[in-house]
Amino acid sequence: MKLTFRKGMYDGIPIMLGYLSVSFGFGILAVKCGLSVFAAGMTSLTNITSAGQAAGVDIIAAGGTILEMILVQITINMRYSLMALSLSQKCDESFTPVHRLIASYGITDEIFALCASQEQKLRPSYMYGMISVAALGWTSGTLLGAAAGELLPHSVSSAMGIMLYGMFIAIIIPPARKKLSVLVTVIMAALISILFRYVITALSGGFAVMISAIAAAAAAALLFPVNDEEGEQT
Amino acid sequence: MTAVYIAAMAITTYLIRMIPFTFFTKKIKSRFIRSFLYYIPYAVLSAMTIPAIFYSTGSMLTAAAGTVVALALAFFGLPLIVVALSSSAAVFIASLFIR
Repeated sequence: MKLTFRKGMYDGIPIMLGYLSVSFGFGILAVKCGLSVFAAGMTSLTNITSAGQAAGVDIIAAGGTILEMILVQITINMRYSLMALSLSQKCDESFTPVHRLIASYGITDEIFALCASQEQKLRPSYMYGMISVAALGWTSGTLLGAAAGELLPHSVSSAMGIMLYGMFIAIIIPPARKKLSVLVTVIMAALISILFRYVITALSGGFAVMISAIAAAAAAALLFPVNDEEGEQT
Repeated sequence: MTAVYIAAMAITTYLIRMIPFTFFTKKIKSRFIRSFLYYIPYAVLSAMTIPAIFYSTGSMLTAAAGTVVALALAFFGLPLIVVALSSSAAVFIASLFIR
């Protein structure tokens, strides 16, 4: 099937539903940190990133400096650079610089994962379709959570905290089942991440994730170099 | 002032995504780097999930219940949304018994 705008929207529906519930939690958090409902919604619309936004509203609440804000965002969100670089290799020739400038806005963990798993080259319209429904879900969920989150019982809102991680598990397990190389990568990254959490605790969460991922992916690249087709993630 | 914070956050995040996506468009020749880029998404998501997932619900026990459900359903290849919602439902049900 061709990767059209409509196909992008269709494929983006699970992301939208997932984002609706996850961003609901962010909306609750943002209001607790003193943001207005509008400011919470604008944060989600302009950022579409979970961990970065959660750290960002903490900094706003604590009255941190702008420099701190920028450094924390770079640390937590640096993984998007790696994803963008990886996706950049997968774009077809219709992806002009202007399209790249626009589509960059929507490179999130889940959109990246779905785009990277497509068999065909990426077209701008496909990414736009997926990004538009995802951004809609992310922003409206935030607005709902910010406006009505306090009405939910605590047991419901804390159960929602796991949804994002549930999605991550759903993305990594099926390929790890099919390919030993991916399974080894996933296990190595998890072990290094655990090491940073409990043994070498000097690094902040964002840095720890970056270093764990880079070390595991580099080791996997040495152990299991990919052939040409795999390198394009086809 | 909140608007300045949000703008700083948004611009930083955009540039992180935009620069590599827009300016590194040539096909990468190095087999090592292509392999690295192939494995990086799995490594990032795994490192983000473990061990953070166990702290995502306020109780390690309920989080463990959600994790087991997510792993089991993902193993059988169920859709993203089914895995995520079931994992969340498992946490909710577990919390009824534990708290």
